[in-house]
Amino acid sequence: MPDLATLGQEKSNLIKALQEQQREEGYISDQAIKNISREFDMAPVEVEGVVSFYTQFKRIKPGKYKIQVCDGTACHIKGSKLVLNWAQDHLGIAEGETDEEGLFSLDAVACLGCCSLAPVISINGKVYGDLTRKKLLKILKDYRAREEDE
Amino acid sequence: MINRIKIGMASCGVAAGANEVKDKIAEVAPEEEIVEVGCIGHCYAEPIVEIETDEGSIFFQDVEPDEDFINRMLELEDFSRFTPNPEREKWEKKFVTELSGKIDPVSLEEYRDRGGYQGLEKALEMAPEEVVEEVKTSYLRGRGGGGFPTGMKWSFLAAKEEEDKVIICNADEGDPGAFMDRTVMESIPHQMLEGMLIGAHATGANRLFIYCRAEYPLAVRNLNTAISQIEEAGLNRIGGKDLKITVKEGAGAFVCGEETALIHSLEGKRGTPRYRPPYPTDKGYKGRPSMINNVETFTNVPLIIRLGGEEYARVGTENSTGTKLFALAGDLEYSGLVEVPMGVSIGDVIYGIGGAEEGSIKAVQIGGPSGGCIPEEYFDTPIDYDSLNELGAIMGSGGLIAISKGRCMVETARYFLDFTAKESCGKCTFCRIGTKRMLETLERVTGGEGTVEDVELLSELGPKIINGSLCGLGQTAPNPVLTTLKYFKNEYLDHVEDKHCPALECDALVEVEIDNEVCIECGQCIKNCPVDVISDDFVIDNEGCTRCNSCIEVCPVDAISRVRKGGKVNVAN
Amino acid sequence: MAEISINGSSYQVDDDRTILSAASELGYDIPTLCHHSVISDCGACRVCLIENKKSGNLMPSCTTKVADGMVIETENKRLRRARKTVIELLLSDHPNDCMTCEADGNCELQDLAYEFGIDEPPYGGFKEEPRFTIERDNPFIEHDPDKCILCGRCTRVDQEVQCSDAIEFVERGFAAKVGAALKKDLGDEDSSCVFCGQCVEICPTGALSYAPSLGEGREYQLKKTETTCGYCGVGCKLELKSRNNKVVGAGSIYRDNLPNPDGEACVKGRFGYEFIDHPDRLTKPLIKDKESGEFKETDWEEALDYVADNFRRIKRDHGAEAFGALCSARCSNEENYLIQKLMRASIGTHTIDHCARL
Repeated sequence: MPDLATLGQEKSNLIKALQEQQREEGYISDQAIKNISREFDMAPVEVEGVVSFYTQFKRIKPGKYKIQVCDGTACHIKGSKLVLNWAQDHLGIAEGETDEEGLFSLDAVACLGCCSLAPVISINGKVYGDLTRKKLLKILKDYRAREEDE
Repeated sequence: MINRIKIGMASCGVAAGANEVKDKIAEVAPEEEIVEVGCIGHCYAEPIVEIETDEGSIFFQDVEPDEDFINRMLELEDFSRFTPNPEREKWEKKFVTELSGKIDPVSLEEYRDRGGYQGLEKALEMAPEEVVEEVKTSYLRGRGGGGFPTGMKWSFLAAKEEEDKVIICNADEGDPGAFMDRTVMESIPHQMLEGMLIGAHATGANRLFIYCRAEYPLAVRNLNTAISQIEEAGLNRIGGKDLKITVKEGAGAFVCGEETALIHSLEGKRGTPRYRPPYPTDKGYKGRPSMINNVETFTNVPLIIRLGGEEYARVGTENSTGTKLFALAGDLEYSGLVEVPMGVSIGDVIYGIGGAEEGSIKAVQIGGPSGGCIPEEYFDTPIDYDSLNELGAIMGSGGLIAISKGRCMVETARYFLDFTAKESCGKCTFCRIGTKRMLETLERVTGGEGTVEDVELLSELGPKIINGSLCGLGQTAPNPVLTTLKYFKNEYLDHVEDKHCPALECDALVEVEIDNEVCIECGQCIKNCPVDVISDDFVIDNEGCTRCNSCIEVCPVDAISRVRKGGKVNVAN
Repeated sequence: MAEISINGSSYQVDDDRTILSAASELGYDIPTLCHHSVISDCGACRVCLIENKKSGNLMPSCTTKVADGMVIETENKRLRRARKTVIELLLSDHPNDCMTCEADGNCELQDLAYEFGIDEPPYGGFKEEPRFTIERDNPFIEHDPDKCILCGRCTRVDQEVQCSDAIEFVERGFAAKVGAALKKDLGDEDSSCVFCGQCVEICPTGALSYAPSLGEGREYQLKKTETTCGYCGVGCKLELKSRNNKVVGAGSIYRDNLPNPDGEACVKGRFGYEFIDHPDRLTKPLIKDKESGEFKETDWEEALDYVADNFRRIKRDHGAEAFGALCSARCSNEENYLIQKLMRASIGTHTIDHCARL
């Protein structure tokens, strides 16, 4: 758990504390907001305001595998919209959602910075580039298969 | 004889598989010395491996983590050799990024061996005013996009008498398609930090921050390593005090590139901009005078001090000195990071360096979502702050996207506006609701429901948003729309009058068709259609088709194509 | 001092002032929405734009300070167009339901729409489908985010005047709204709202309203009576609003030299007026009938005689120490002074206490 008591002594650490919290739990829970607002001596609604302002922070528990579809310019030109559609169709969830098993969550994000590999996605930080529909579905199926093996 | 092996391990290299390559080389040849270096700017050829021999360096491209490949490479066989487009050399000038890709980014020693921190040493021997004067002489202008003279900004902070003064490096590179700052921070973090330390000496600042995008973990890691090396070596001892340098990670908000929003975010608050004045140099981080420069700007500074402002100013043009980094992307042969002297023409960059097919590009989008589109007829315009402003575009931070004749300009404008509308902080009316209404209008146009009045509404509302918005985000958000309207109005009118997307890009205005004369009836398209709208006799039901392009992609004989809706006019790309 | 020119006339003004305050005092009328005298300015709504004739820039007059040599115009065609666009944009995200809206006649957005002669916003008309749900899970304040123009007056009065930090902007961009802690209702256990009602008072539209006053009458149908709140010795000024001789609300008065100059109130002063017409309320003194044990109405003369006789009897039989007085925070300082005087001088006891709390 992040050391909120130490971080909380300096209000400018709020975003850092939230980032550490999210790294730990994968999202920002109601309880986390209460704990952080207590340690930072701030109103819970102020913390909520900050959390909801920044796209990095999630208030809903994400899936085990977090899929980020890059929608930066280079990827957009090379069909990131299609990549997102393919992923949505295959997983049966919309952007910003997590599937029922809690296995995959899907987000469209601004540039991942790998423009020369466009279109790209990242799954839990690992980047997959030069995607086609076939390639994407294979990647997703591999993850699912690996999960079933475990 | 191999001396050592360098692997490009910036994000682009890692994304292309450099980690696996490194592991494989270590496994195959454990006796070799492997050095992780930064980016050399040729993203299209990653992973790139440089083998240093007594006779010089040999580069390999598209290296595979395969034992056979690695062995052949270590034998220096003549295959998969990397030779950059020779045309490039004509236009490129490795000046600021000279060391990028050549040194281990987190080796203080290597940086110092190559002249690193000589600028700082020289600066410390000069009086602070002399350093500011030198920067003024160089006529360095802010590389974040605005082009404000850096020396002038420094003099504002230097003039402040407060004891606590702050320098902030804006590393919140949020433009989609831009990765210049990331490359600099990943590859030559010491050079940027040296620039900041020189700034601290020149202005009397005693607290240094780097506000970096959270999406750049490698940059953050390299910066933090470099900072601890600086502290260990005592290089942060300026004016008798050990200056504290802190990397703060942003949390995903484009508007935080705006300086007052950045300061709020640095303070741990919602990143909403505030009105100016007071300017940050009067009242910034926690009310202290604060100066904000961009990554590339700071990275230029050691060169200025080392060479002298006058010598530095010889590079580039009179009013735009030095070089500019661009992240080249789009419909090009060679995408990646380039550094060109100011004054090079747009055409030279996209055809000369980018290797685009002559005549294939109809416009470039420069300056990201705040910038504009520049059409073919202006490709001989020199890249400098003032020429670009005249065209209604801006230098911006350095995103440069080539748009080929097969792409729709209305869709391009819609894409950028969709980005800014999502990134609006929501504080002021023009930006919050105005960009949203412009976006809806553009969506009507690309969706085939637009009218001529819609096009007029765009050209009317755009300037109002520019004039009335609170911060730079809103004040520039309509630029991509207004510049495409200015130079490509015909494309807009085609969409609304003829319900036709000339580039066949807008889904609502196209149909997908199988040319049964070419079709070999292999059935791949039927198998791959996610919505099962292709019949057994190979006809597509366009009512149910989602225009996902899967069939076009899998067709082995290119029998399937997008055509104009309601008419069989096939438009060549 | 700064010498500035407004619409062609020259003035000397203090250089620490905003253009809005200087120009308003000189009689120039500049429309505003996010500005309010009791809170800080933020320059968000953009309706108070003025034109700087030297730079040609439009600047928000509420946040821009005057500067020597400034040449500004507060009224011209360009400004009128820009301001009108602001209102049109706001209306394009606002329901067209003034006919049934609680704030009709007391709505700054409505006034400006009228002033600028807008019949239908050109950006797709008024808002037809609500984007939010109305929040009404507490007995006092109803919040309809669809009517909100995000001027931020409520969040600033909450944070700067009342300091309860109960509301703040949440989300971002077009999705932004005013929210309470953990995205729950104001009355939720995690909410720090104290129901002072100042956010409702300061709201320029119908986004925030008093739940108990809903349907009880529009602003122009109500009689307003300035009064002093009777709940404690602070003596806050309130404006009681009544219709057909029934109190239906308690509004704020913003005036210097009041105990509550920024329109402050507590939950009791703001909402505790139901007792006025309550059937259980005592309006005459009662004396208990010894035989039946029931209270019977009487007049003040008889009641006070009864009390005085009994005071005398108790003092004679049991001494002054048998008395103790407990006075109330609802009394004024003067009344509290008198009760201790009565106890000490005529009864002769020091056993006096005060609830000092309510």
